[in-house]
Amino acid sequence: MNSGFMKIVFSVLILCALLLAWQFAVRYNEIPIYLIPAPSDVIMALVRGFQTGIYTKHIIATLTEVFAGFSIGLAMALVLGLLIALNRTVETYVYPYIIMFQSMPKVALAPVLVIWFGLGMTSKIVTVALITFFPILVNTIVGLRSADFDRINLMRSLGASRWQVFRMLQLPGALPFIVAGIEVGIIMSLLGAIVAEFVGAEAGLGMLIQSMNTTLDVAGQFSILIILSVIGLSMNKTVGFIGDRLLFWDSSRKAKAAMGRR
Amino acid sequence: MTVQLVQTRFAEPAGNSSGEAIGIRRLSRRFGAGDQQIVALDDISLSVKEGEFVAIVGPSGCGKTTLLKILAGLDRPSEGEAWLRGTPIAGPRRDIGVVFQSPVLFPWRTVLDNVLLPVDVQKLGRSRCMDRANALIEMVGLSGFGNRYPSELSGGMQQRVGLARALIHEPAMLLMDEPFGALDALTRENMNLELQRIWLETRRTVVFITHSISEAIFLADRVLVMTPRPGKVQIELEIDLPRQRELSVMNSAAFGEYANRIRGILNAKGAVD
Ligand SMILES: Nc1ncnc2c1ncn2[C@@H]1O[C@H](COP(=O)(O)OP(=O)(O)OP(=O)(O)O)[C@@H](O)[C@H]1O
Ligand SMILES: [Mg+2]
Repeated sequence: MNSGFMKIVFSVLILCALLLAWQFAVRYNEIPIYLIPAPSDVIMALVRGFQTGIYTKHIIATLTEVFAGFSIGLAMALVLGLLIALNRTVETYVYPYIIMFQSMPKVALAPVLVIWFGLGMTSKIVTVALITFFPILVNTIVGLRSADFDRINLMRSLGASRWQVFRMLQLPGALPFIVAGIEVGIIMSLLGAIVAEFVGAEAGLGMLIQSMNTTLDVAGQFSILIILSVIGLSMNKTVGFIGDRLLFWDSSRKAKAAMGRR
Repeated sequence: MTVQLVQTRFAEPAGNSSGEAIGIRRLSRRFGAGDQQIVALDDISLSVKEGEFVAIVGPSGCGKTTLLKILAGLDRPSEGEAWLRGTPIAGPRRDIGVVFQSPVLFPWRTVLDNVLLPVDVQKLGRSRCMDRANALIEMVGLSGFGNRYPSELSGGMQQRVGLARALIHEPAMLLMDEPFGALDALTRENMNLELQRIWLETRRTVVFITHSISEAIFLADRVLVMTPRPGKVQIELEIDLPRQRELSVMNSAAFGEYANRIRGILNAKGAVD
């Protein structure tokens, strides 16, 4: 038996034991379902939600917001990052404001954005874009600047043009930073979408949690937390997977992965 | 007739005798201004013949790297002039190979791709240079490692990749800044033997900077001894030891004699290695 397989079996067993204990404790103590639901209640809510098609509809709404917002935030961060890193003038006028905005929690803007862009998807997409924009932007700038002085000198000594220095040195060198920014951004994007939906929305998992709260449907809320974990985990794994393929040469990334990545 | 004229112009560069690879006249380099001004190089004049192996020794901060950067076209003198092969240095040139103190490899490129970097930058055509790249990789003892990435190599192996890279575009001249400074003594001696072998095969002009007196004597035709504050060349020492030199030459009386003279000059200037 290999130890990796045994580890999985073991953790599944532990999970089952915990769920059983939870189920038993709730039922035995007759805790009402609107306080703490038993695992079976949560599973029932999950099944019902998908059978009626309600969950699917809201999952699609939230995922649309996340991907649209994330793509916009990513594209804008890369473009502006390039401009700032490569152009002194843009840098002197723009960078101070970016640093200022970076330390501000962007979710706090969600209520204002709902006022500006309405209850529909637009306000969520803007929130998500804003929230993913900053970590990727800052990492892009830092990454493009991180080119080691010796390497720049080497390129210059070979008579490289500025464009060659950018393409052959700065851009590949910035990739680990950009990927790290994306890894942070993708997690934040889900957070941003949910919070924005809390503030006021027509659809989405955040809105669903909110409306379940008013009917004391705690089992339903738990079932949506499970869905959110699955979504968050798969986004994280996907980005990590692509990053590992892209950055196979980056030994510090391997070290990070060995330590369980952050 | 025109060909004749052009050749004459290159053969007789202003104020330079032919066969001179590097000419430096009354060159100074100062950093900063006022009280905090540092004179990195002070009124240096020297000349290196085509095909000559010159070593520069001196303690930390005496301006060795500054001098090399000026020769590589990466820095400009405050005063004075420098020529390479008859033309004043006006910026980086493509007929120079530079080896830095650290390997300076690109971790996302394989060993082969790192060696081919100058080919990519100077658009020399990969297919044309592939055989040469593989031959160089073999020459520095890395055959079979062409498809590995730098993180899979030891420090000494990485440094040898840097050496192969500096030779790929067939530069007329090699500038080396303490290339083996970070290696252990044993690897360093091997690299010295290897470098001598490569030099005997190719006979390129080499300027080799080092902290190590024995490394300088072992490798060079001529050793320049520099002292700091301000950076000056104190003496030039012709090393009259027969080639090909073996490591055992370091135990010879002549070798000890050279080493003592160099050490004496450095000690007299209060600049102990
Ligand atoms: N860009 C710079 N700006 C200011 N001072 C500099 C700069 N480059 C070098 N110097 C100064 O010039 C002097 C010579 O520096 P250099 O790097 O040439 O020394 P070195 O002989 O190569 O030393 P080492 O053996 O430690 O590499 C030092 O005092 C250094 O502080
Ligand atoms: Mg130096």
